[in-house]
Amino acid sequence: MTSLQEAFTKARIQWDKLQDSKVPIFFVGAATCGRAAGASEMLERLRGYIKAKSVDALVIEVGCLGLCYLEPLVIVHKPGAPRVCYGNVGPDEIIAILENHVLGNDPCAQWALGKVTAGELEGIGDFNEHPMLRRQVRRILRNCGLIDPENSYHYLARDGYRGFLKALEIGPGKTLEEVKASGLRGRGGAGFPTWRKWQFCRNAPGETKYLICNADEGDPGAFMNRSLIEGDPHAVLEGVLIAGFTLGASQGYIYCRAEYPLAIHRLELAIGQMRELGLLGENIQASGFSFDLTIKKGAGAFVCGEETALIASIEGGRGMPRPRPPFPAESGLWGKPTVIQNVESLGNLPLILNNGAKWYAQYGSESSKGTKTFALAGKVERTGLVEVPLGITLKDVIYDIGGGIPSDKVLKAVQTGGPSGGCIPAEKMDLTVDYESLTEAGSIMGSGGMIVLDEDNCMVDIAKYFLSFTQEESCGKCPPCRVGTRAMLSILERISAGEGEMADLDKLETIAQTVKDGSLCGLGQTAPNPVLTTLRYFRKEYEDHIEKCRCPAFVCSQMISYHIDRDRCTGCGACARICPVKAISGEAKKPHVIDQHVCIHCGACLSTCPDVYAAVYRRSGELTRYEARREKRDKTN
Amino acid sequence: MDFGKEGSLSIEPLDKILASVPNAGFGDLIPILQKIQAAYGYLPPSVLMAASSRTGITASRIYGVATFYEQFHLEPHGRHTIKCCRGTACHVRGGRNIIRAISRTLGVEESETTEDMRFTFETVACLGTCFLAPVMMVNNDYYGHMTSNKVKDILERYS
Repeated sequence: MTSLQEAFTKARIQWDKLQDSKVPIFFVGAATCGRAAGASEMLERLRGYIKAKSVDALVIEVGCLGLCYLEPLVIVHKPGAPRVCYGNVGPDEIIAILENHVLGNDPCAQWALGKVTAGELEGIGDFNEHPMLRRQVRRILRNCGLIDPENSYHYLARDGYRGFLKALEIGPGKTLEEVKASGLRGRGGAGFPTWRKWQFCRNAPGETKYLICNADEGDPGAFMNRSLIEGDPHAVLEGVLIAGFTLGASQGYIYCRAEYPLAIHRLELAIGQMRELGLLGENIQASGFSFDLTIKKGAGAFVCGEETALIASIEGGRGMPRPRPPFPAESGLWGKPTVIQNVESLGNLPLILNNGAKWYAQYGSESSKGTKTFALAGKVERTGLVEVPLGITLKDVIYDIGGGIPSDKVLKAVQTGGPSGGCIPAEKMDLTVDYESLTEAGSIMGSGGMIVLDEDNCMVDIAKYFLSFTQEESCGKCPPCRVGTRAMLSILERISAGEGEMADLDKLETIAQTVKDGSLCGLGQTAPNPVLTTLRYFRKEYEDHIEKCRCPAFVCSQMISYHIDRDRCTGCGACARICPVKAISGEAKKPHVIDQHVCIHCGACLSTCPDVYAAVYRRSGELTRYEARREKRDKTN
Repeated sequence: MDFGKEGSLSIEPLDKILASVPNAGFGDLIPILQKIQAAYGYLPPSVLMAASSRTGITASRIYGVATFYEQFHLEPHGRHTIKCCRGTACHVRGGRNIIRAISRTLGVEESETTEDMRFTFETVACLGTCFLAPVMMVNNDYYGHMTSNKVKDILERYS
């Protein structure tokens, strides 16, 4: 064990030195989300400046802190002062922070989000008191944004691999007991107790067993796994080791989406570091446990998130599911007992082993223990990646953490679980976030997508949206899913085009039930959920579409017509110039008109008409809607 | 599969790829196809046929896998690839209008390439940058908080 012990010692020294660094350090959030928000340009400018002016400073690229709407984020270490986190840091801001704060005496409080370490700094509060963070319990994401994900010493210094060493010490049997006592359930969506899956696999006959880490995060609106891998890859890999050891597996696979190049790169680096530390290969840490890891890049198929389809894909075939039983825990990859775990489930394991089941279970509800990460997005002020204790209410997540709905709009529903989940209406916001209550409400916990919908979202359209997704991603193997999703989708298309009948609603429900009961795999079995929940909670909206031919949210384009108010239009001609089909005509400085036969309902005129006039309005059925207030979203580009 | 017109394509990159995977079996098929696509820019049917005869994996199996996964394409791509997100967060913030606007501007539908080979237009299930919704990507550049009126200007930056 010497080399790992040595590494622990070195890591501790390196980490302590970093904490008390005499040299300024910039920790720049440069995960995929940070880069998308412009972190690369900012980094380039920062490095250029440091080099040109020979400033003595370090730049470290870190993962995501989760406050995505404030990206790019930077934590600045100035020797002798508390560390400060800054938000929306562009190339100009970073130079200003460097010149005024690091090299000067102005801490640039105008961009500061809070102090990350103790100490006083005028005008800057505590980062942990930031409204988006206050209610969060960051355990799985404890290192994300704070450590260099490409430096294994940072992970080691933060109790890295202690959980695995603990597992080696107590043996597989007791490790399983610990995980059982923690109450950990699969974080991929279905919430199957982790220990039970392990036990099936352990009891299955045969020497060769496999462990697969499912990093094929495919739900639209979900990026929890990517953030965790990009920000703290070793946490997931330590979980892989713990699971592999408990199962008696000799080989592990990480099945990761090819669309996550940075995550794959960081995993590859981290696996290399594990080898150097003697954490992979033959007889790991002289324990007799031998284990190796291979990364398999997915090739883009949503259905491969399903266990048996994922196995088929690793075996090199079309990723299609097969009937179960036999379950993969008995007969999986290459016919051998196989356990497939979600990235986040694995990320929990080091915590459980290192701190004990009791510590782990102190958060959570009766049947759902621990914390869960969610990708909070949609019509919410503070978009980002959050980690909350299970059992928190939806209201707390959306209002306290997410900051509520932008532009004074009214909350309509929350969608959880992606295409397999459902829409929970605004009046049910007291619902607690745990596996049972979400299922009871018709949705599912899912892998962690949480999309907030407001009054401007049409529920028929949402159902149609998810169904067109599942219909497209259906692998086509079993008829209930292949034919059923197609049939439901065409009914929804009819309804949103204003050609629906009341009988369609019963038909939808019947088909939905058949697809739910008759499909081979989870994709089909859950595909009707968005339809069923919207029918259950928003039936009136469906009836409006069918009986009154109107879309109350003004979304279904075939039910909306665009008009120009003669009294408001000054004939500036902006709409006529932008109209892609030349449907708008009128003399200069005279009110213009839209030719309804030519109009394609794209809405370009509405968004172009200057706010002072707001002359373009919409009609749907007998409803009329003027756009009184418009969101200004142009600041980013 | 039409494998007439690419007859002139060099098989050399394929041989290099196959040499790096000795005794290639079914389990190696997807990584091999990923490497072929990286080397040739797409999966030319003639190269797939050559891969089949060299590995012994049947052409039907290769074709089955190549057409199953979204990542693989059997036609060459344009010089620039547009990826417009149709994820949930983008959808609820008007992402579909962006897709329509791109389609209208370029005169092609999703998964098509413009005749001058300038753009290939794809939509993807989610780019995972929901805070920028609605968002699109051109090559490796992200464009967030899109409106349909911005599409034309952005695309003109790519020749």
